[in-house]
Amino acid sequence: MAKVTQDHLNVNGTKFTIDDSWLGESLLYTLRERLGLYGSKNACEQGECGSCSIMLDETLVCACLVLTGSAIGRDIKTIESLAPEGSLSVIQQAFVDAGAIQCGFCTPGLLVTIEDFLDDNAEPTELEIREAISGNLCRCTGYGRIVEAVRIASKASTDMEGAADDGN
Amino acid sequence: MIMEVLIPSSAEEICELLSQDNSRQLLAGGTDFMVEVNYRHRSPSSVIAIDRVPELRNWHHDGDSVVIGSCVTYREIERGPLATLVPALAQAARTVGSPQIRNAGTIGGNIGTASPAGDMIPVLSALGAEVSLRSSEGKREISLDDLIVGVKQTSLGQGEFIESVRVPVLESPQEFLKVGSRSAMVISVTSLALITYPKTQSVGIGLGAVNPRPTRARQAEEFIKDFLNWESMQVDPSGLDHFKELVSEASRPIDDHRSVAAYRRHSIGVLAQRALTRIFSERSPSG
Repeated sequence: MAKVTQDHLNVNGTKFTIDDSWLGESLLYTLRERLGLYGSKNACEQGECGSCSIMLDETLVCACLVLTGSAIGRDIKTIESLAPEGSLSVIQQAFVDAGAIQCGFCTPGLLVTIEDFLDDNAEPTELEIREAISGNLCRCTGYGRIVEAVRIASKASTDMEGAADDGN
Repeated sequence: MIMEVLIPSSAEEICELLSQDNSRQLLAGGTDFMVEVNYRHRSPSSVIAIDRVPELRNWHHDGDSVVIGSCVTYREIERGPLATLVPALAQAARTVGSPQIRNAGTIGGNIGTASPAGDMIPVLSALGAEVSLRSSEGKREISLDDLIVGVKQTSLGQGEFIESVRVPVLESPQEFLKVGSRSAMVISVTSLALITYPKTQSVGIGLGAVNPRPTRARQAEEFIKDFLNWESMQVDPSGLDHFKELVSEASRPIDDHRSVAAYRRHSIGVLAQRALTRIFSERSPSG
């Protein structure tokens, strides 16, 4: 046990040195305003909207509800880690194909959420999809195309696995 | 402004940190605490982040009961073995917030925050839960109903924290029901837990969001006994109207932005009847 001082945050595999004065901030604020990672969006600051969804030690949480000091020593993954620069993950491509993006503000949070969800449940039902994204608010596209994108991503991933199995 | 964040690795260390300075604030899942920090409603100078303490993160099945560490999350309660052991608690956990919130929020946080709308509260009350408290002075057990003394108020002593909560494993039907404006991301307008106790042929009814502190509908519990058949698991429907009234009478709801008191009083009765008839099918004694 120790008082947290002059320490590091592990974000997307990179160690960032942080200042003592950031410890009492929300992790979302630190990610965006201190580390320049603007992918996680800031909207409600009370865990209602899901636009700041990140993975903390492989668990999906809202970055606005994490105290930066309590995230020291943990593995943080943000939307920026979803795909290498210049390429799209299966889910990102499915969002493009389904037209599941309008203003795009909720998109990063949804992508992180769905990535985590499909890891657990590769072939979900529509109800399971809707429950999985119940913490991510979209106020313009509507959820129909987002649900469709999850279906496309699920099918693309299982097809790829099938192809890989055939290859063996 | 938060000046220091302390990360203890054992319950013993939490005791030490609190005995040095009992103004230090405990942080578990952060789902209530961080909202207050973000909105500048709370600004403690020292925070103890307890959510990585192994003793608080675990639960165990201990004879006829389950002991759940205070930092066990809703997510862990809503599925897996705990959901089989304490089904009503799992039902309630599944109605909390969103997946993100349920991954972070903890049962101890729900108790410590002591909001009348806390979804664990009516279930724990109907189960007769005992909460284990700890400080550098030692440990003590207290019933949930005695721990929560008012709206967001507990009888926790100086330097004391919630270590775990003990609930019975009953292996009999339980129900949790909640009214809200939608199915996800919603704080209860009213909620209710109904637990069956086949050994004593009785039911326990915990009311949520209609009283300042945990409340059992004792008169309704007592009244309905004569109308239940535990062999056939049937209820004589002639008792249902008065049962519903007695449950509504046990509530002392308020008007607020989520609902008016009259609707809360009405809906809590409806929930009680619905929960009861999900477990006991309706049939008249002659039929």
